[in-house]
Amino acid sequence: MEKLLSIIFIYIFVDNFVLQRFFGICPFLGVSRKMETAVGMSMAVVFVMTMATLVTWLLYTYILVPFNLTYLQIVTFILVIASLVQLVEIVLRKISPTLYQGLGIFLPLITTNCAVMAVALLAVRQEFSLLESVVFAIAASLGFSLALVIMAGIRERLELAKMPDVLQGSAVTLITAGILSLAFLGFKGMITL
Amino acid sequence: MKTANPYLQDLTKGIVKENPVFVVMLGMCPVLGVTAYIVNGFGMGLAATAVLIASNLVVSLLRNYIPPQVRIPCFIVIIATFVTIIEMVLKAFQPVLYEALGVFVPLIVVNCVILGRAEAFASKKPVLRSLLDGVGVGIGFTLALVILATVREIIGHGTILGPDPESAIYLFGANFEPMALFAQPSGAFIALGLLLAVVNVIFKRFNIK
Repeated sequence: MEKLLSIIFIYIFVDNFVLQRFFGICPFLGVSRKMETAVGMSMAVVFVMTMATLVTWLLYTYILVPFNLTYLQIVTFILVIASLVQLVEIVLRKISPTLYQGLGIFLPLITTNCAVMAVALLAVRQEFSLLESVVFAIAASLGFSLALVIMAGIRERLELAKMPDVLQGSAVTLITAGILSLAFLGFKGMITL
Repeated sequence: MKTANPYLQDLTKGIVKENPVFVVMLGMCPVLGVTAYIVNGFGMGLAATAVLIASNLVVSLLRNYIPPQVRIPCFIVIIATFVTIIEMVLKAFQPVLYEALGVFVPLIVVNCVILGRAEAFASKKPVLRSLLDGVGVGIGFTLALVILATVREIIGHGTILGPDPESAIYLFGANFEPMALFAQPSGAFIALGLLLAVVNVIFKRFNIK
């Protein structure tokens, strides 16, 4: 129990996936312009990440390892993630067309969201149990959501701010992310596994 | 204006005009994640370039046989195959670099630059042009990684060619206190943000669009 709680705290705050580990930077920069899309993207990522980690962990432990196929890890994992994303896309198109419109190109891009792949790989590399892996995935995706939502909030205000031309757009977004990451640095070393 | 050679253009556009990092802003995770040292950045750039060239080649060769509905999964499998090969090669011949890059090696498979080039270029263009495109974009990506890593290593560690103490060159002598922030994750964001601003200034100055 203690370990589960520390996993949750570590991967939301201390080792935040976006701000401290640099996973999932593309969607972080891409969909953080508006709060609404940021929230939508976060929910999609939470779902895909948790499911993907669950499935890949089972596949890895019960199929790849017993049959000595661990070199197929990358191919297997990416295929699982790609099919899950497809599933979410189909479901979302039916349930919420507006959200589907808003997420647009970024939904298929969850496939190439390194955060999803990274969670699946790290869960196996750190030899987490099934429960720990799932908790790890949920915590990591919540950390991702937290960073994304904070960033969206800042960027909505940044739109109105005056700044030199050359800083506009990506440059100022990255610098803001840097300062945000600096704030999260305050958690560093609070807990370790 | 004289007509530019399309082959030459395929090769050069990825380096400056459509630089994957500074202009298109794709594949940012390894760009930020491994650039604390030049050696790591360069190694990452080369690994990604190798995968990019190979995947562009194969995707272009197979472009008439892959049904459009399932093209993305096909591209991903092709890319994943080459990433697996690169991972094995690095593990066998460059164990130190492999350790330093860590999980970012298998993560080349989800690098948007590579899938992006397969989808936008290699799946539509003939083999030679796709190959040149792969080389050009790969050079652009590596260049961006090395520039960012140089800035971060000089400011954040005060060395170049670290972390191996045998090859490291201490630029400022023993008494220099490096600005450790730039070796930290937050420094990576800030350094890249400032670099982008510099690139914007240069592009504006020389009217590159």
